[in-house]
Amino acid sequence: MTLDIHKIRQDFPVLDQQVNGAPLIYFDNAATTQKPKSVIDALSHYYASDNANIHRGIHALAERATTAFELTRTKLKDFLNAPSSDQVILTSGTTASINLVAQTFGRANFSKGDKILISNLEHHSNIVPWQMIAEEKGAVIEVIPVDEDGVLDVAAYRNLLDATVKLVAVNHVSNAIGTINPIAEMIELAHAHGAKVLIDGAQSVAHLEVDVQALDIDFFAFSAHKLFGPTGVGVLYGKRELLESMPPYQGGGEMIKEVSFEGTTYNELPYKFEAGTPNIADVIAFSAAIDYVNGFSKEVLFKQELALLAYATEQLKAIPGLRIIGNAPDKIAVISFVMDGLHPQDMGVLLDKFGIAIRTGHHCVQPLMKRFGLLGTCRASFAFYNTFEEIDLFVKALRRTINMLQ
Amino acid sequence: MAQSIQETQEELIDEFGLFDDWADKYEYLIDLGKKLPSLSEAFKTEENVIKGCQSRVWLHAERRGDLIVFEADSEAVIVKGMISMLIRVLSNHTAQEIMQADLYFIDQIGMSQHLAQTRSNGLVSMVKQMKNYALAFSAK
Ligand SMILES: Cc1ncc(COP(=O)(O)O)c(C=O)c1O
Repeated sequence: MTLDIHKIRQDFPVLDQQVNGAPLIYFDNAATTQKPKSVIDALSHYYASDNANIHRGIHALAERATTAFELTRTKLKDFLNAPSSDQVILTSGTTASINLVAQTFGRANFSKGDKILISNLEHHSNIVPWQMIAEEKGAVIEVIPVDEDGVLDVAAYRNLLDATVKLVAVNHVSNAIGTINPIAEMIELAHAHGAKVLIDGAQSVAHLEVDVQALDIDFFAFSAHKLFGPTGVGVLYGKRELLESMPPYQGGGEMIKEVSFEGTTYNELPYKFEAGTPNIADVIAFSAAIDYVNGFSKEVLFKQELALLAYATEQLKAIPGLRIIGNAPDKIAVISFVMDGLHPQDMGVLLDKFGIAIRTGHHCVQPLMKRFGLLGTCRASFAFYNTFEEIDLFVKALRRTINMLQ
Repeated sequence: MAQSIQETQEELIDEFGLFDDWADKYEYLIDLGKKLPSLSEAFKTEENVIKGCQSRVWLHAERRGDLIVFEADSEAVIVKGMISMLIRVLSNHTAQEIMQADLYFIDQIGMSQHLAQTRSNGLVSMVKQMKNYALAFSAK
């Protein structure tokens, strides 16, 4: 199967526009991906014809909305190969999913002196929730180091594992430098020591196959908006026995079975963790995004992205004074780079003038930046709808930008 | 006394009027940034720093007679170019003049984008801080 990129691009209306007088080149896909027309249509269709609150009403609209909402959950179950759809909890994003685990699993299981292992690659969303609960419980956070290429040090990880480790929380893929972590091996090692594992899949789901059963993942978190879906929707998958043993998170409607002033009994999975009216419209539209990616082979899409990565990497390496941060052998199509003597923000401002969207700054991974002695980088991140011509234009604009700044 | 805040703004608008494409404008701005003397390390203190989410700005203010003199610096040269203009416009004026200044030139030269990026570069806070200094000095 070969991809017709020209045709694919027509599915993404946002790509067809001028920015500052030049055709938009969108290389900020790790921040959020663009949405296919089917997702945008599903969103407006829902509000135009089905809008109702779910799980409660008995009228026709409520039923349609509830069915569509639950269909997304079923599709997510298949997407992750989860054993059952009630293990798929809908949240507002990766951040919310991780906080949920920290405040429920963490609250119930961490005690003084217990260890939580995270890595030096983590996004602030997979650091701060652990710090908050660790502080409350007297647990300790330890950090798996990364080497000069941005690869996790598995030997150090082995040494950090012992019976006091209650949880390992690592990302599948690093957002700042693209490293793909060896999660299968890491999960096996953690389990051998009796620790549970949370995988932050924010950056992997759009690129790699994830089978939560084959990988024996305890918790898996990701955001719809990085998978061509809407913002404000996230997923938390968890193993049944863990989810069942965890106390509820937020209290309110939907998550209860019966409420009286003497006491309340909680609803079953997944509703126990879904208090209040959820983001119905966006969850329903997310379904169209899953259908969209399911229409392709992930392997073919990823191969296309890796070809873009190889092409861009080679061209960037030819620029004198440019340093690529993160050279892991297993990477997704993300290139972080710095230029000697230039500030990333200046480069981002000028590239924007050429109609090119990249991300600059610390990418919400300040500890990783510190590891490399940097305050920030420029990051170009590709999706399958990007083209080799766009990379040529980007490199040309980048050379011009560097010239202007030097 | 030197020229008024308004006169300096008009002067800058004229200077930028000479350029017809964005690249020339930005080259000029970058040049202004490079030419602005660095703030002496003694003034790059925790107290003087304005932390943008991507780059930092340092602002130092001093009173000379009736006038307030500003010096500032940034890690990013485009921000520094903006700072250079803000100093040219606001420094060496009285507290009253600074507090009342309406910085319309930024919009007119097409650089308002840099003040719209509230969190990333610290420029908005710097302008606020300049006015705060003026307010504080005038109260003394
Ligand atoms: C690796 C990683 N984890 C967590 C997040 C947070 O995702 P969200 O902001 O959608 O909750 C991101 C988003 O940038 C990410 O890249």
